[in-house]
Amino acid sequence: MIRLSGVTKTFPVHRKSGLIRRTRSLVTAVDGMTFEVERGEFVGYLGPNGAGKSTTIKMLTGILTASGGEIRVAGLDPSRRRKELARRIGVVFGQRTTLWWDLPLGDSFALIRHLYKVDQKRFAGRLDELTELLELAPFLQTPVRQLSLGQRMRGDLTAALLHSPELLVLDEPTIGLDVVSKAAVREFLARINAEEGTTILLTTHDLGDIERLCRRVMVIDHGRLTFDGALEELRATASADRILIVDLASPGPLAPPTGTRLIRREGPRVWLAVPADVSAASAVAEVAGAHDVRDIALREPDIEDVVTRLYQGSPVQA
Amino acid sequence: MVETVGTWLLLARTWTRAALQYPLGLVMMTLGAVVSTSLDLIGIVIIFVHMPFLGGFGPAEAGFLYGASQLSFAVSDVAIGAADRLGRHIKAGTLDTMLIRPVSPLLQLATEDFTPRKAGRLVPAGVVLVWSMSRLSLSPSDVALTALMIVNGAVLFSALWVLAASAQFVLVHGHEATKAVTWGGVFMTQYPMSLYGKDFVRAVTFTVPLAFVNWQPSLYILGHPDPLGLPVFVRFLGPVLTALLCLVAALAWRTGLRHYRSTGS
Repeated sequence: MIRLSGVTKTFPVHRKSGLIRRTRSLVTAVDGMTFEVERGEFVGYLGPNGAGKSTTIKMLTGILTASGGEIRVAGLDPSRRRKELARRIGVVFGQRTTLWWDLPLGDSFALIRHLYKVDQKRFAGRLDELTELLELAPFLQTPVRQLSLGQRMRGDLTAALLHSPELLVLDEPTIGLDVVSKAAVREFLARINAEEGTTILLTTHDLGDIERLCRRVMVIDHGRLTFDGALEELRATASADRILIVDLASPGPLAPPTGTRLIRREGPRVWLAVPADVSAASAVAEVAGAHDVRDIALREPDIEDVVTRLYQGSPVQA
Repeated sequence: MVETVGTWLLLARTWTRAALQYPLGLVMMTLGAVVSTSLDLIGIVIIFVHMPFLGGFGPAEAGFLYGASQLSFAVSDVAIGAADRLGRHIKAGTLDTMLIRPVSPLLQLATEDFTPRKAGRLVPAGVVLVWSMSRLSLSPSDVALTALMIVNGAVLFSALWVLAASAQFVLVHGHEATKAVTWGGVFMTQYPMSLYGKDFVRAVTFTVPLAFVNWQPSLYILGHPDPLGLPVFVRFLGPVLTALLCLVAALAWRTGLRHYRSTGS
């Protein structure tokens, strides 16, 4: 579905270096990116701000032209055959809407039907289906500018799926949504992927999205792919510290067991970081032996810690 | 072509419907467009109150030049003038959303925020042209040539709009500068060019071919000699130069789009 080989994108940057003189330098946003996404996959695309996520997405959709390398999406070169590709993919930008601000949601959809040349019957069926799944009925006649963010996002998702695309590209679709809306969007995406076999590429800062949805994760940093594999693999490779939470019987000094670090304390409660190569059992035993402990809990590192470590640390082998 | 026009109409209709959400605003803006265009006209009328000829042209002839230039410009402005706001769309990131749809971004840009208000400019231009043509008693072939001239002028101005938009891929804040050729172009061509310095007229004949919007063809239709002394066949070069300008504009647009850099996120 998606194939990138050695894709690079550089931007020229002009910097003032005198009254009139400007020096020109090149900034590499994406550096020799190579990966493939098969039909039907649900892939999470992660990376800190400025890592090159959006640049990659914009090259995949044909908005930007790559400086080097080869891109194929659904067998097409995106920048050369952008309009043709547009009929076969759906794109949602969480940061901005693709709907028409002053039009009722339903009118926006009708316009999209014309632009994508979806025939009337298929369109009606598809819209009914999406209206039910995303519960759009109450605000189909409301102008887009009056919709809440969550409603608007559901509208944008519908707009991107009306022409039944083979590939759905989502750029931070859950940004700014409340918990309920987030859950609705996630459930919907999982369903589209499972039932219609739509390939989905998702960039997000919300690691909950990734944990809930993506079987495969790619991490990009400084324009390079630093990890590509299953979510569990990511957890295992970028081993982050586990957290040992100890409730002491009374507030008092606590000597961290060998190999662990004290990270926080609040009255009788103490947080200890246990690195991957230190046995949690012996740490627990050591604490329990030396102190009067009322309760003890061990928290596995969540994906957030893993990714934070990945961003900070050296590249991890997949 | 038919499909392009169809899509244009569909988008324009949709935007009009959006504009109709504020009907009073729409009426006021349309009236505003009529009045602001008429102000230039009042200026010309005042000149003729004080003297019988302007650059060797009588009132009806000057009106003919004014009407033709304004009409061509108004048609181009309605059709594609909104493309001039490309810089703003680049800054806001809304060009990205146009690029993900299976329709030319130029077409979407041209109709973005379309309101019938712009058509208000057509009114004074049309009235003046009809008035001056009735006074000039033109032959049927001259009337046909006039129609051709206006269409050609509209296409020429449209190419200038596209060029102006293309420049904004590089000069995102170049909106004011590019107005020099579009709005500057119509301001210049509404007066007889015999008013201007010869070098200036040469410049707009041979570089940005504004002289072919109305000046050169009108010299033939109205039977005036060319102050520059150019041979008669130059009067008919309009369509050739317009086609050439369209080609340049299309190339500039494509190049701009290929080098589009998008915004940060």
